[in-house]
Amino acid sequence: MADTDLNDAAPSRVTRLAKQAGGTVFTLLITFIGLLAVTFFISRVVPTDPVMSILGERATQAQIDETRTALGLDRPMWEQFGIYVWDALHGDLGTSIRTKEPVIDEIARYFPATLELSTIATIIGMLIGVPAGILAATKPGSLFDQIVRLVGLMGYSMPVFWLGLMGLLIFYGQLGWVGGPGRLDAAYDMMMQFEVEPYTGMILVDTLLNGRWDIFQNALSHIILPAALLGYLSMAYISRMTRSFMMNELGQEYITTARVKGMPEGRVIWVHALKNVMVPLITVVALSYSFLLEGAVLTETIFAWPGLGRYITDALLVADMPAVLGGTIVVGAVYIGINMFSDLLYRLVDPRAK
Amino acid sequence: MTLLSVRNLRVTFDTETGPVEAVRGVSFDLGRERLGIVGESGSGKTMTGRSMLRLIRPPGRIEADAMTFDGTDLMAATETQMRALRGPRMAMVMQDPKYSLNPVMKVGAQLMEGLHQRDRVGRTEAYAKAVAALNAVQIRDPERVMEAYPHELSGGMGQRVMIAMMLIPNPDLLIADEPTSALDVTVQAEVLSILDGLVRDRGMGLIFISHDLRLVARFCDRVLVMYKGRVVEEVAARDLLNARHPYTQGLLNCLPRIGGNRGPLPGLDRTAEWAR
Ligand SMILES: Nc1ncnc2c1ncn2[C@@H]1O[C@H](COP(=O)(O)OP(=O)(O)OP(=O)(O)O)[C@@H](O)[C@H]1O
Ligand SMILES: [Mg+2]
Repeated sequence: MADTDLNDAAPSRVTRLAKQAGGTVFTLLITFIGLLAVTFFISRVVPTDPVMSILGERATQAQIDETRTALGLDRPMWEQFGIYVWDALHGDLGTSIRTKEPVIDEIARYFPATLELSTIATIIGMLIGVPAGILAATKPGSLFDQIVRLVGLMGYSMPVFWLGLMGLLIFYGQLGWVGGPGRLDAAYDMMMQFEVEPYTGMILVDTLLNGRWDIFQNALSHIILPAALLGYLSMAYISRMTRSFMMNELGQEYITTARVKGMPEGRVIWVHALKNVMVPLITVVALSYSFLLEGAVLTETIFAWPGLGRYITDALLVADMPAVLGGTIVVGAVYIGINMFSDLLYRLVDPRAK
Repeated sequence: MTLLSVRNLRVTFDTETGPVEAVRGVSFDLGRERLGIVGESGSGKTMTGRSMLRLIRPPGRIEADAMTFDGTDLMAATETQMRALRGPRMAMVMQDPKYSLNPVMKVGAQLMEGLHQRDRVGRTEAYAKAVAALNAVQIRDPERVMEAYPHELSGGMGQRVMIAMMLIPNPDLLIADEPTSALDVTVQAEVLSILDGLVRDRGMGLIFISHDLRLVARFCDRVLVMYKGRVVEEVAARDLLNARHPYTQGLLNCLPRIGGNRGPLPGLDRTAEWAR
């Protein structure tokens, strides 16, 4: 009889999720090692000889041999790769040729700046993009819909450096409403270095944890413009996708069912449809977020923002391979991490996900 | 006493290739009785039913010379007035529960939604009412079904959940669109007797949309036969199986002949129409 067709899914949902999380972590590990294989391969193929770039042109053969042994380059390839993976998993991404500092330490300084910026940008993009996309979808063709579309289109087509420079010119240069390039004014920069315990490397978070409201405000005035710019780009993407997801959901039969029950239009859209829109939207937001985290190089350059994108580009320009590859590994790891997180969230939101 | 009166109802979809007329001048009156609507797939049964609730979405539009429900002019009513009617006054059991239930909301939440939102009924009371409604449609483990998501239900369970959901606010008019097509015979009989009881005891008006001519002939009082958006014949249900209209006869010819000692009747062959 039909009653027995009810799957035994509901009570064990949490355990199921936990199992899936375990599976995902495994996949993540495999993907990460795959990523390392690629960077390893690149590091052995590129014409810059690591020994030469450390010792310089005029090294003696003895010195070269010694360094080769120290770097493990005399061992078989597979063993080198094993060591490479082992080191990477323990946070050793090699030493920067340019600064002679461990790459991981440098990235630990640069990455929080990017994290802070992209997180705020993504929040701005979501807070504006999702409601805008939904409202546009409920009245397709309306003036509001046209405006959202136009503003979004501008976000796609305007050159970022132009927007950034205009923003600086107007809001910093002319109006003085925001701070200039960099994360802090020079004076606050000193205070930040000597008076604030750097728990996270994110200035907004650290100053709050240290109770330094003055530095927080200064940092906020600096981050607001680049965050708004990146938030705008993120908003353009998110609003467009939200609109199309919403249009699709509003055409579904369950929407009519909710109306048949006499539910007000607000509830039909913001509860019934939105719950369904959230499912594909998770992927979109994650994509937009990881895109920003990979380093919005142009924005970081214009705003003198010491972030990951800047770090990798600068390293690339002086052929600092360990730094470039280390940065690439971190970017890849971030990408994989966000993917895993959005995957889990997706399963949490969509009961149909296996 | 007339509950619903419809005159010259038309539903038109303005498509890129020109207007498509899904309903072309349907008229009927409904008392506190069981009115069947039969007709092949695409003949406009669902669109007729939805017009009563004014829930045809763009690009579709409704026109009618008159459409009144219990004294309310449905064509002139504001959207707010319509919303007040939907649910507690008129409801519709949607055709395909697979698509008509919200896939990411628990069945229980969907059942209790009207009670919470409109009637401001508390948690325990709403829960009890929902469980009772599920019990009434022969669902044996209502507590589990309340916790389930729609994709975890079989087709027959989905139909019963849909019926329960629409009956909870006690509507005066129920439009039931293929409400029992996925139910097996005993459950179907049980569900029909519930609907029957509501018509007889509470004076509910019922529009029963179906492909199953035998079922309609047995269960309803009157039957509209629809073809290509028009009512081609209106007959008393007991006369349906002897109807004269060539289209109705054509539909009847699809039924297997009576007299053979086979098992349960297969009814109209629906496979071609359902497979779209
Ligand atoms: N969005 C639309 N655009 C154009 N035509 C439509 C649209 N929706 C429905 N129709 C038309 O309306 C007609 C009637 O559809 P309806 O759903 O009422 O048929 P039905 O009798 O309920 O069929 P079934 O038995 O398959 O449920 C169909 O022929 C279809 O072509
Ligand atoms: Mg139909």
